[in-house]
Amino acid sequence: MSDQGRRGEQGREREQGREREQEQGERQGRRYDQARYVSNGHYEPLLSEKDSTRVDVGDDSPLPDDLTRDSLEFPELSEPELARHYTRLSQMIYGIDSGPYPLGSCTMKYNPKFTEDVAALDTAAVHPDRSAGSIQGTLELLYRLQDYLARIGGMDAVTLQPPAGAAGEFVGIRVASAYHEHNGDDQRDEVIVPESAHGTNFATAALGGYDVVTLPSDDGGRVDLEALEAALSERTAALMLTNPNTLGLFERNITEIAEMVHDVGGLLYYDGANLNALLGRARPGDMGFDVMHYNVHKTFATPHGGGGPGAGPVGVVDELAPFLPEPRVRVRECEGESRGEEKDESEYELFTPEHSIGHVHGFQGNWLVLVKAFAYIARLGDEGLLDASAKAVLNANYLASQIGYEVPYGPFHHEFVASAGDQDAADVARRMLDFGVHPPTTKWPEIVPQALMTEPTEVESKETLDTLAEAFQQASASSDDELGAAPNRTAVGRIDQTSAARNPRLSWQALQDTNSGEDSA
Amino acid sequence: MNGTRTTGSPYAPHTDDDTAAMLEAVGADSVDDLFDIPPAVWFDDEFGIDARSERETRHLVRQTLERNDDLVELLGRGHYGYYVPSLVDHLADRSEFLTSYTQYQPEVSQGFLQALFEYQSLLVELTGLEVANCSMYDAATALGEAATLADRVRDTSGHRVLVPDLLLEGRRSTLENYVAGTDLEVETYPTDDSTVDVEALTDTIDEEVVLCYVENPTVRGTIEERLAEIGDLAHEHDALYVLGSDPVALSLLQRPVDVGVDVVVGDASVLGLPTSYGMGLGLFATRESYLRQVPGRLVGVSEDTTDRRAFTLTLQTREQHIRRERATSNICTNQAWVALRTAMHAASLGPSGLVDLAKRDVTRAEDLAARIDDLVGVTAPVNDRHHIREFVVQVDQPAQAIADDLEERGFAIHVVGEQELQVCVAGVSDEQLDAFVEAFTEVLR
Repeated sequence: MSDQGRRGEQGREREQGREREQEQGERQGRRYDQARYVSNGHYEPLLSEKDSTRVDVGDDSPLPDDLTRDSLEFPELSEPELARHYTRLSQMIYGIDSGPYPLGSCTMKYNPKFTEDVAALDTAAVHPDRSAGSIQGTLELLYRLQDYLARIGGMDAVTLQPPAGAAGEFVGIRVASAYHEHNGDDQRDEVIVPESAHGTNFATAALGGYDVVTLPSDDGGRVDLEALEAALSERTAALMLTNPNTLGLFERNITEIAEMVHDVGGLLYYDGANLNALLGRARPGDMGFDVMHYNVHKTFATPHGGGGPGAGPVGVVDELAPFLPEPRVRVRECEGESRGEEKDESEYELFTPEHSIGHVHGFQGNWLVLVKAFAYIARLGDEGLLDASAKAVLNANYLASQIGYEVPYGPFHHEFVASAGDQDAADVARRMLDFGVHPPTTKWPEIVPQALMTEPTEVESKETLDTLAEAFQQASASSDDELGAAPNRTAVGRIDQTSAARNPRLSWQALQDTNSGEDSA
Repeated sequence: MNGTRTTGSPYAPHTDDDTAAMLEAVGADSVDDLFDIPPAVWFDDEFGIDARSERETRHLVRQTLERNDDLVELLGRGHYGYYVPSLVDHLADRSEFLTSYTQYQPEVSQGFLQALFEYQSLLVELTGLEVANCSMYDAATALGEAATLADRVRDTSGHRVLVPDLLLEGRRSTLENYVAGTDLEVETYPTDDSTVDVEALTDTIDEEVVLCYVENPTVRGTIEERLAEIGDLAHEHDALYVLGSDPVALSLLQRPVDVGVDVVVGDASVLGLPTSYGMGLGLFATRESYLRQVPGRLVGVSEDTTDRRAFTLTLQTREQHIRRERATSNICTNQAWVALRTAMHAASLGPSGLVDLAKRDVTRAEDLAARIDDLVGVTAPVNDRHHIREFVVQVDQPAQAIADDLEERGFAIHVVGEQELQVCVAGVSDEQLDAFVEAFTEVLR
């Protein structure tokens, strides 16, 4: 059967599936349908398919012709048309406000709304080249956030510059390099990464110019100490570790691991992706980590924005502070000088650490995200942060006990990795969409076959967790046909990924070219 | 829900009864029992951070940020304070855009994927190159990624990356960090009258050069006049020709593909974001021939089971979560929401609005320069070039003192030399420009 014929048949099955799901859903007192908009055979049309204008740039140009382009063409729509377009698009997106979003390792918490308002204050909009004296408020907020993060991580110094977690990892690796180089330790050309680590760890180490040594796990899913011993040498620049690890397991031997790494002169790097599980209960600095990054868009509930911006501040122990990126913020106590009615007489300034690696971003990273992170931490305080980790861990353990799939390893902290067994984890995920929940992360880490990596976070109630558990159970009980046909209730049906990669069409121009090619053929 | 809500995190919805039932289900006596943390590293202290109500927290942030002086910013050099229409704030703040994750489940993420596809398309139109990714962090990191791309795609060996001597320190330093793990070395070539000194570049460039970077407009607001010539020079030596620009400038200035550019980088957040203390949106566009080496995410078109068009992240085998240490980049979380805002802002202007904005940036900069040039002891613009948005001003007094005096009067401008200032008109109203000229006149007296 041709691809088109097969897809047509699947389309009819999808409609039948929808009807079937609807009946079942109504029986269970619950139904879910994502909005979808169909027009002229497409879903919500592209802007370029609605209205486009070509402007002759040469008309009335204040510049000579040879310095300008000839023309520019793209959509030209009225404000109401744009408002509807983007509103429709937003309705075809599942966000944390739509329902539970238990993506393992991604820590998708509810994002408080007030943080949007504080980040939208006019005073939050300042140019990066303003004099320090004229933006004392901005510098004070950054300074206070540095301080909050240092306390939470048990670190001595923090930079807020990295614009994302992976950028934070890169700072960590560059700082480690600079430190070793400063000590004349030029032979260190390896970074050790556990096999279950985030892909960014491997890529970051490689970007830093290191050979990556992959560390196998032991039978319990944790760092294999013998393998670590074998991997460590005077070539080791750092070990990158997250704790709890991506299986949700706490590395109980962390003190020993730190000692082993330090004994060979290496540094211990903490990947902060899983920090939500530890808030107020354990700190990377106390465990022997020398450098860490914080994912404020995970742990501190700043919105992910569909894939960013995030922010990846980096904390280090005293010994590494001189190598942090510039500029950093510090306080300068001044005598008897008060600004307005402020009680706080501190003055803040930017400075370059003594052996700074320089910049890792054009300026000071993702400021608006940092404002939200500050507001979130200030709102929760000690009490809220401690409760967040408590409920996150309780939720993960409760959900793990209710889902009807095998969950190897344990005990769990904030997340667990179940196995879909004979089922394809990606199919299970699509099937779960039919029950109105977002599925877990799938097929990773590879230690667990057909992995379903699940992190409910602290913001879900028991009732919601029971709904999630039911979605897992329903997927588990689904036939191969049902799994193969899913999802049925989403804005679009199952998407052909292979065709997207085999025949890349990455812009509306490419789409037009393809269409006109088909027309002429 | 039964029982009393537990105190603690205001966003954890558990009641005491729920917690008790859940503990029973997992067979634990208390939540602390669930933590598998050895006593040696158990944290028994406090952070000393007071919890606050939402109202108190808003007050705290407002009070803190009110310490900032309210200045008219005539500042540019890569960050511009264009007015962002309310439409953008209201639509981008819809919670599905704001609170979703990367689109790993495309069937429930169509709206964001389509918006990012439209952003990519906008950059394809502006640059003339076939491929644009759906964001890097900012202009500096995009340039860093372009250098690692050059390292991968260049046919012959080589280690030199050439950048102009006027390159912003933050960009140069970021670039140096990005290439620290390679054999590449960053070197500068001279500029003349704030544009590329093509003759000097000809003497500098050789077979060891893997990348030649030029900005248009330059950091001083001047417009390059010999871009095609530089492109030929780069290609004669098999170097990647990389141009730094932004969507407003690109809507008016020469189309990169027409002057031989291989990669366009820059900051796309000139549209969609106010001057957010350096927050950015890295633009990255390149030729189709480098598609498999592109860093970052790409949204492509496919079909669903009903044969209708649908969008999905594609070519993910380049990315870190699949390819690990052999990935084209370590980027994961990017600037998706800013890209959405940029696309919305551009769409709200339309091509006519965008081209008009760029043209006004040329004429308004010229007009302001002429007005300042009339003042005694002032030359503006310093460079005998066409300008867009901004220009350098020569003064016969210490520049810092003038800038300080202006700041006292409510205006922020750049100091770029002992006796050189830089002024930018982007996002500044005509009334504010009049007031600035008046203040500048007073300060010079």
